[in-house]
Amino acid sequence: MMSGLLSWMIFLPLIGAGVIMALPKDNHRGIRAVATVAAFLPLVLAILLLAGYDPSTAAFQFQENAAWIPALNVNYHLGVDGLSVPMLALTALLCFLACLISYNITNRVKEYFAFYLLLEAGMLGVFAALDFFLFYVFWEVMLVPMYFLIGIWGGPRREYAAIKFFLYTLFGSIFMLVAILALYFTSTPHTLSITDQIARAPGMTHGFQMFAFVFFFIAFAIKIPTLPFHTWLPDAHVEAPTAVSVLLAGVLLKMGTYGLLRISLPMFPMATKYFAWPMAALGVAGIVYGAFVCMAQKDLKKLVAYSSVSHMGYCLLGIAAYGSVAALTGCMFQMVSHGLITGALFILVGVIYDRAHTREIDAYGGMWVKVPVYSGIMVLFVLGSLGLPGLSGFVSEFMVFLGAFPYFKITVAVGVVGVLLTAAYFLRMIQKMFLGTVAGQTEHLSDINAREMIAVAPLAVMMIVLGVYPALLADYIKATIVNLVKVIGA
Amino acid sequence: MPSIGLHHYLALSAVVFCIGIYGMLTRRNAIGVLMSVELMFNAANIALVAFGRFVTPQLVTGQVVAAFTIAVAAAEATVALAIVLLIYQHHRGIDVDRINIMKW
Amino acid sequence: MIQTAWLIPIFPLVAMAAIVLFTHRHRALSAGISIAAVSLSFLWGWSVAVSVWGDPTVHRMSFDWLNLGESMYIPIGIQIDGLTGMMLVVVTTVALMVQIYSLGYMRDDPRYSRYYAYLSLFTMAMLTLVLADNFFLMFVSWELVGLASYLLIGFWFEKQSAADAGKKAFITTRLGDLGFILGLLLLYTGCGTLTFQGVFSAVDSHVLSGGLLTIAGLCLFAGAVGKSAQVPLHVWLPDAMEGPTPVSALIHAATMVVAGVYLVARSMSIFLAADRAAMVVAWIGIITSVMAASIGLVQNDIKRVLAYSTVSQLGYMIMALGLGGFTAGTFHLMTHAFFKALLFLGAGSVIHAVHTNDIREMGGLHAKMKTTSITFLIAALAIAGVFPLSGFWSKDEIVAATLGHPIFTVLTLAVAFMTAFYMFRLYFLTFTGKPRDQHKFDHAHESPKTMTVPLQILAVLSVVSGWIGLPWLEHGFSSVVFHEHPHHPEFHVVWAFIAALVGLSGIGLAYMMYYKGSIDPERVRARATGLYTTLLNKYYFDEAYSVLFVRPYYTMCRGWFWFDQHAIDGAVNGLGRVSVAWSVFNRWFDETFVDGAVNGVGWLTRGFGAIVRHLQTGRVQNYAFIVFAALVVLWLLQ
Repeated sequence: MMSGLLSWMIFLPLIGAGVIMALPKDNHRGIRAVATVAAFLPLVLAILLLAGYDPSTAAFQFQENAAWIPALNVNYHLGVDGLSVPMLALTALLCFLACLISYNITNRVKEYFAFYLLLEAGMLGVFAALDFFLFYVFWEVMLVPMYFLIGIWGGPRREYAAIKFFLYTLFGSIFMLVAILALYFTSTPHTLSITDQIARAPGMTHGFQMFAFVFFFIAFAIKIPTLPFHTWLPDAHVEAPTAVSVLLAGVLLKMGTYGLLRISLPMFPMATKYFAWPMAALGVAGIVYGAFVCMAQKDLKKLVAYSSVSHMGYCLLGIAAYGSVAALTGCMFQMVSHGLITGALFILVGVIYDRAHTREIDAYGGMWVKVPVYSGIMVLFVLGSLGLPGLSGFVSEFMVFLGAFPYFKITVAVGVVGVLLTAAYFLRMIQKMFLGTVAGQTEHLSDINAREMIAVAPLAVMMIVLGVYPALLADYIKATIVNLVKVIGA
Repeated sequence: MPSIGLHHYLALSAVVFCIGIYGMLTRRNAIGVLMSVELMFNAANIALVAFGRFVTPQLVTGQVVAAFTIAVAAAEATVALAIVLLIYQHHRGIDVDRINIMKW
Repeated sequence: MIQTAWLIPIFPLVAMAAIVLFTHRHRALSAGISIAAVSLSFLWGWSVAVSVWGDPTVHRMSFDWLNLGESMYIPIGIQIDGLTGMMLVVVTTVALMVQIYSLGYMRDDPRYSRYYAYLSLFTMAMLTLVLADNFFLMFVSWELVGLASYLLIGFWFEKQSAADAGKKAFITTRLGDLGFILGLLLLYTGCGTLTFQGVFSAVDSHVLSGGLLTIAGLCLFAGAVGKSAQVPLHVWLPDAMEGPTPVSALIHAATMVVAGVYLVARSMSIFLAADRAAMVVAWIGIITSVMAASIGLVQNDIKRVLAYSTVSQLGYMIMALGLGGFTAGTFHLMTHAFFKALLFLGAGSVIHAVHTNDIREMGGLHAKMKTTSITFLIAALAIAGVFPLSGFWSKDEIVAATLGHPIFTVLTLAVAFMTAFYMFRLYFLTFTGKPRDQHKFDHAHESPKTMTVPLQILAVLSVVSGWIGLPWLEHGFSSVVFHEHPHHPEFHVVWAFIAALVGLSGIGLAYMMYYKGSIDPERVRARATGLYTTLLNKYYFDEAYSVLFVRPYYTMCRGWFWFDQHAIDGAVNGLGRVSVAWSVFNRWFDETFVDGAVNGVGWLTRGFGAIVRHLQTGRVQNYAFIVFAALVVLWLLQ
């Protein structure tokens, strides 16, 4: 079972998509059942992966390597290390939970789940690929189903959002492609292997590193998204159906930071050092700016979306402190933690949207009286998001601050202010929606149901467990990060 | 009295052929045109038989080809008359000046 | 006992989890679980405190919480010494009293189980805070008590003012916590560890010193300013009185708000080494104390008077610590916890009886509520510093700590005078004289036993807890709580006498104005209208903050959102529009020139065909003529 585990993980959703295509389109129950199973099996495999992974070494494990297009030296090369294992597990978990949330899709169910599973395969593939060609293929494979999922099942402005998302990310991808081709043609023998390219990194000229770093950074910065490239995110999140928002925030955004950690840092250490401060500044600007903008939001989903801009800033700040194990681990930790928390927040926003068909913050009031269980859970996740100690968000923020502080003292001090601003806009939201007397649409709400509970409960448990004892996750990441720091430092 | 030679036959053939051409180009009646065409066939037959008799007396090639031509002309006449009949049914007449359905 | 001291915060944690997950539908069971848990903590806490009584060794135990090599190595654990023991006694005692008291006070509340869950959460966090052996764990529990405070202030969240107050408390204290976080970052960067032991030894050995140490100390103090409601972040505490009164007693008088004092006391090594930071601490303390006491003189809400009194007394403790009076500050922390909790619970008992907070609607309640009245009087005497109650001893040490700094001494005595005055103004207006609202008076009644018994117990503690500091004990309070080595300030008979005299004169003035009526308060008020209005409006702090910070902040946020939508997204959309315009131009070019060429070829072909087609007459005879004519021509050409 352990051999080919990664391939199974990636291709099981594809098989599921194939089965769904073969089912009659009116058989909604059957389609949902197949989709759920096809999303659940990768989760089982992810658990096996966590169990079988040896966290004491930074070497790639569970490797699979087969020649694919020998003429171009393209290989089907999969493997995991401390960067990818947590992300694969997070992706598998969120995909399964978001699949449960997708049950309320009634329009073109068959196509929806087929696209959904295709998306899952693409996401898992990105995190497991160790060959640029494969990486790029999976990267683009994600884009297409995402476009349709937003464009067909989205809200009123779905076409605008879908096109914006698609063009924006494609724009970035082109830069990445150019950089990949440049890497390919400057290497002798020509290779697309990520590991080989890292190995030859010390031989790259300074100018080449700068060029390639910037090109990759544009692609990744759009995905994260960092400050000037973030405007696709609120539109895409707001228009996308709940489950897709969950995956967008929970997984897709992480591909940018994952790419930086996997490719940019070890491959272009000189450029990383050169651009460290600008990255830190961008990260902090994102933290503060996102928090400011959140304060002005009237739409709950848009608020959560902008909070992602703010929270991903911590990741970028962590990456900028490339020399600190704590900062980079904090970045990884924040990727997982933000995936759990924001994923849950989007699910919970979807829960009330399903019932009252509005996301206007002002349309609600006094929910804690009317729907106490829902309110309690929502407040728990909001507390997690605003960095309350004991929950995972705090741990990652603290790691990043602690790691980055020796490098960028003033910048980090500005970033710390983000902690306060985050509390301000979330507490304002809590007050308007949950406190006070029952008002507006709250009348029509019913409390969270069992299926929705099953979808958020694992996230809540993980958030608390990681917040109380972060070593559980940090141990998986540590060896790889230590090695990464060594590679950059060399 | 000089005996009738090849030249006489050829002259006859040419005269008949010219009459045929003249008829074909000038007659308005489709039947007349057909008959003119038949005249041209027959002119050719005369020439064939004459060449066969005077140029290659030991062979009967000319006569054989003439026989073929007569058979083919009969078939052709059949088809042509059928077409003329259909045209008559369509156009209530067989004046070839009025039949220009092949015009561009 | 000390080996199992880590269990102390675990009991309430288990209680909270049990209530939230299982028993939230069963009111009595939830309360029972919570009280049982806090009772266990109480027993454990007291026995731990007794076993470290006078013991100079520090007991520590810890485990590796997170180990990422040298860039982040955080072991967490607990540390027990005299200061911790004292704090354990204070926290567990007041928590137990308040939880029992709440049985009666909150009896009719529909969210009874939730109330006890929050109290358990608070108790757990507060106990963790005092047990922590490092700044990190302290910060974690520091935030958790803040959360519990937020939830409990806004417990009656249907009321807009309660929800507002909770939010204000959380955000204001978090503003201070930014300093705390920066302090942690500075300490870790400077010392490579966050354990008290490691940091203090680094400070002692001058690994961390100079300006950096001063900044670190001030950053930590910023956290204390927020939590202990010092100027300029004191504005949340009076508003926090929106919470249920037992909560005010527990969190906003006796325990959570003294966390800042505890932090400064715990970090004494830092402040002893950074004397400029210590002077800032002292000044902030005394300014807060004077300002809050003066506001307390004129307030009419019984709880707000007590709240400003709390702020003022916290300023006392902070000032004492800033002047190096480690023993004085911590001693006053303990005695204050008991008598201030008692005052709040007594006020709660009154509010429970008359259903109003406004002292102008009370009066003469002594006749109806003897127990409440007497215990309240004891607490008022204690806070006024009357011999031989607890406040006398601790206040004397504070006055002693200011010796050598005349300004501080004078201001301290002024505060003592104002404190005695407003407490007895409160007492006389509430319990003596004629009832000013007959209807409320008629319905007033003594509270049930669950509420009066805790009052009595706290009254006893308010009297005797100061006796630990009796001058004829070997080292007084400093033999229990000491910083590295016991140092006992001399007992200054003269200053003790002066302080007591000041307190008594304050009581006397209140007696004349509000009991005897020999001085008319109205006339005093008319003489100093401006001052009175300023005090009544709390020096306009809230208004100033609203104009200076809150509203500009909202405006700025909206501005940035506008910028986001119009500038950044506008640029993106503009790029899109430029692309579209370029495409439109391309289409025009394509249709006109590229397609034009292709179409031109077709058009030429058609035109030529139009001419040539005239040959096709459709007349068979024409065709035949052409054939023959062509034959003839060919023949002729040949």
